[in-house]
Formats: sequence, C-alpha cells, structure tokens
Amino acid sequence: MNTLRMLAIGTLLHAKQISRSPFEIAIALVVPVVQATLAVYLFRSSGEQHRLLEAAVGAGVMGVWSSVLFGSGGAIQSQRWQGTLEMIMLAPRRPVLVILPITIATGLTGTYALLATLAWGRLLYGIRLDFAHPVAFVVAAVVCVVALGLFGLLLAATFVLMRNANALANTLEYPVWLVSGMLVPITVLPSWTAPIAAVLPTTWGARALREATSGGPVWPSVGICLGISLLCLALGALSLTHVERRARAAATLALA
Amino acid sequence: MGSTYAIEADDLRRTYRARTGWLKPKRTEVEAVRGVTFTVGRGELFGLLGPNGAGKTTTIKLLNTLLIPTSGSARVCGHDVERETREVRRRIGYVFGGDRGLYDRLSALDNLRYFAELYGVAPRDQKRRIAELLDLVGLAGRERERVEGYSRGMRQRLHIARGLLHSPDVLFLDEPSIGVDPVAARELRRTVADLASTGTTVLLTTHYMAEADELCDRIAVIADGSIQALGTPAELRRRAEGRRVVEVEAYGVPESAVDALRDLPGVRETAVEARGALQLLTVHSDAHVDVQSDVLRELAGIRLGRVDSREPTLEDAYVAIVSAAA
Ligand SMILES: Nc1ncnc2c1ncn2[C@@H]1O[C@H](COP(=O)(O)OP(=O)(O)O)[C@@H](O)[C@H]1O
Ligand SMILES: [Mg+2]
Repeated sequence: MNTLRMLAIGTLLHAKQISRSPFEIAIALVVPVVQATLAVYLFRSSGEQHRLLEAAVGAGVMGVWSSVLFGSGGAIQSQRWQGTLEMIMLAPRRPVLVILPITIATGLTGTYALLATLAWGRLLYGIRLDFAHPVAFVVAAVVCVVALGLFGLLLAATFVLMRNANALANTLEYPVWLVSGMLVPITVLPSWTAPIAAVLPTTWGARALREATSGGPVWPSVGICLGISLLCLALGALSLTHVERRARAAATLALA
Repeated sequence: MGSTYAIEADDLRRTYRARTGWLKPKRTEVEAVRGVTFTVGRGELFGLLGPNGAGKTTTIKLLNTLLIPTSGSARVCGHDVERETREVRRRIGYVFGGDRGLYDRLSALDNLRYFAELYGVAPRDQKRRIAELLDLVGLAGRERERVEGYSRGMRQRLHIARGLLHSPDVLFLDEPSIGVDPVAARELRRTVADLASTGTTVLLTTHYMAEADELCDRIAVIADGSIQALGTPAELRRRAEGRRVVEVEAYGVPESAVDALRDLPGVRETAVEARGALQLLTVHSDAHVDVQSDVLRELAGIRLGRVDSREPTLEDAYVAIVSAAA
C-alpha cells in the first residue's frame, strides 16, 4: 500500500519535474504539429479518412516512444548531473521501485504528444476523430503508455550503468519506430524484422491503438502488450538490482 | 543495540579505475583511499579533515553504501555496508555541500514530500515531520517556491532537512559549508552541534580547520588517502608544540625561493597559499631558533607585505600534519 503510494507520488512529481524543463516544453510545442503534418501528407493521397486518423495515431505513439526513450535515458543522465541519482539510489528501497516512477512519468508526459498530435490533426487538417471503438481506444492508450514506461525501465537499467547513455538512445529512436509499425504497417517491412517486432511491446501497443481506431480485435493485442510489459518489469527489476551493484563498484552513480 | 560503535572502518581501500580514449584505450588508476581505519562512537561528532583530493568524499561514500570498497570493510550501526545495504540505508542520512542534489524545478515542499515517500517516512507522520524540519532549517514560509530560485545557503539548508527526514541515527555531512556565506555557515554549525547533542552520530568532512575545531569531539586528519593523525582538537594542537611560526605576505615568490627556505637550519615545514595577488608563506621552525632574519634574507629582492612571528595555532598543527604527509 505504502509502496503504491510512493510509486504514485513519485510518478507525479517526476512528471512535474520533466514537464517543466524548457527543452521539453519547446519540443512539446513543435513536435506534435510536425507529426500531424507528416501524417497528413504521407497519407492524404490515399484519400481514405480513417487511414488519416490511423496515421495521426501512429505519429502520436511515436511521440510517446521518443519521450520514453529520451526521457528514461535523459532523466537518468540529468539526475546524474543534478546529483539526485545518488540521493534516490541511497533510499532503502529496491532499485526498481526507485527508477520505475521516472520511466512511467516519461510515458505520462509522452501521452501529451499523442493527444496533441490528434488535436493538431483535427485543428489544422480537419481529421475527423471518429474511432471505431472509443472506449477500447482509451484503454489501449493507457496500456500503451504503461507498456512503454516499463520498456523504458529495461532501458534505464542500461542507462544507469552507461555514462554516455544518450548515444544509445539516439540509435534506438528510428529503428523502433519503424520495426514496430508505428507509422507504416509491419507487413510492408522486410521479413527479418518480424521476430524483432513480435517481442517489442511498442508493436502490440501501436497495433491495439490502430485496431481501436479503424476497427479490429483490440483486446488480444492489448493482452499481449500487457504480457510483454510485465516481462519487461521482471527483467528490468532483476537487471536493475544487478546494475546498481555494478554501478557502486564502478562509481558511475556520480559524475566524477 | 548490538554494536557499541556507530561507525567502524577497517582498513578501507578504494581504487578508481577508468578507461579513456576509444582507439588507444588508456587505463588510469587512482588510489583514492589507502587503508583507512577508525571508529566513531554513538552520538559522537567526528571530523574528517583534509585538503582537496585527500579522499574524504570517497571515504564517506564507502561508508554510506554509494561505493563498494576495493578491499577492507566497514560497519554502520553494526551492519556491513557492502552486504546489509538496506539496513545501513535505513539508519543513515547523507548531505553534501554545493548546490546539486535537489529537484530544481520542484518546490522545496515537493522535494521533501518525494524523499519522505522514498525514505519510507510513514504517511501520517510526513506533514508534521516536514513542517518540523522546515522550521529547524529556517525555510518555513518559503517551502512552496521552486528550488531553482533558492540561494546557495537555502539549498544547503533544504539538503539538511532532506537528510534528516527519516530521523537517521548516523548523519554523513560532506563539506556542508562549502560556498555558504559566513553567517549561514555559523547557523549551520549550530544546527549540526544541536543534532549531535540530541544523540545523532555525525561524521563531518571539511577542509576548514576552524570548523572542525569548533564542532568535533575528535578529528582524523586525512591526506593522500590515509589518516595522518587522529585525536581530540587539543591532542592535535599539541602536535605543533615546540614550534614557532613565521608568516610572510609576498608577491611573486619563485618556487626556488620556497625550496631554499625549507633548507634553512631550524626550519621544519614551509607552506605557500595563494590569496589573490599575494602569497602567504608560512614557515614552521623549532621554537628556540629565530629564523625570521634568515627567512627575510632569502627573500631579498621580492616585494613583501606584512611579516609576523607567532605561537602555533591548531591551523598550524594541521598544516604541519598535512605537509609532513606530502
Ligand atoms: N569517480 C572518480 N574517478 C576517478 N578518480 C576519482 C573519482 N572520484 C574521486 N577521484 C579521485 O580520488 C581522489 C580523492 O577524491 P575525493 O575522495 O573526492 O577527495 P576529497 O573529498 O577529500 O576532496 C582525488 O585524487 C580524485 O581526483
Ligand atoms: Mg570531497
């Protein structure tokens, strides 16, 4: 009970800290407009309304992913800068409980990108927001955000250990966008990407959202997405415990 | 409560290994702490005094579980710092100097709330505890402002409040007065003294002799990764007995002249400290030898300011101990 309370308060305060960064605010203002525009120009030619909405949703999910990826890496890096990484790791808690609120918070702030992309799409390009399964869409969106946050946890394990975590984050942004079919359907990708896509929670999250948008069996995708996320949580927890010990041996919690 | 000591350090060593460069990786090793042994009693205020780079911070981080010793062992409240990490963490607070270590874009209140949750302060006690601490460090009324607008001294006080949230048995203070103005530093010393008088064990590091002298029951002087002297301030002061100190303010003293001073008959130690444009030369000699005229002869042709010959202070004892180690 107290642990849940700690996770909730931690998530809210980290979301507050992240969303007040001038850099984040600038990104939040510009990126959704760009994404909505991209979605529209890529798919307008097909002339189908629901394809347009689907593209906007896909672009929005890419925003959540970017937020988690850079957030998880960036948050830990910036906490190392601020000297707070040592202070939070010093808490008498399992490392996973300390890091989890940060990565969920990045998912939460990323949700804004999803909503803003849809809003700009509506406002600038008149995309009609008629979802096939509105309720399922909301559920899928929440699951998607949590799933990405838990995936971020797994990434964070790497980021605690690596001082130049940003390099890794940079190389992961586009491949995961592509492979998990956030923008283009997986079916048009080369077949060797299929196994990778199948284990990424982003694939199933994006798929669930697409199905909720233009019709399809939403719940199986949501279920698989949740399953993979729980696996991420278990793996992330294990590796964070290991990583924390290694960081204490290698002196990577502090800057110098 | 099991152990009689709050802190036991037994032959602690820590080597930092780093690799630099990608194409031609170069391994560097720094032996930051080389065999440190001491004990701190419950409720004692213990000082770790030493120049920059002496290994004070590393020693503290070995004791507060942030670093794993390369060899040796340590216990805090009877719990091994390497294996019983969580037991140790429950009982300790850690505060370091400087303005890092806080969430700048959050208010002081949010910072304290978050750390209270993280450090397991029971929800029903949090409000009272936070209000108490804000009062103690004099931030009551400003707690809703964002930390980014705080002065150095305010941040430092917030740090202390944060370190005390879970009422730790042992408090580690790493150079808490660094960059804090003299008035704030005095307040801070009073807070630390109050804590110790109410039973909290405090391990304080500093490079200010006066601060250690005023606060500490016992002081360990550390230089170059090992303890050079350990005792009460009075015991350390005795280290400088039988000496006399000549202080000279000078402008542009060459290295060679300082070396020459060291070789004068009766001279035990010399130290140079840059103070803006001028340098302060301190020459320790045997008490019965008057070296002042010899010193001035060696410095002929160099622009000098005030020249002073005096009895040694605790500061001089510290200088003597540290320069003997170098
Ligand atoms: N993370 C690190 N990696 C490599 N060397 C370090 C690191 N931290 C400290 N050192 C070195 O270890 C020595 C002791 O440092 P430190 O314990 O910070 O001293 P102090 O706190 O007394 O100033 C110094 O020479 C410092 O440069
Ligand atoms: Mg230090």
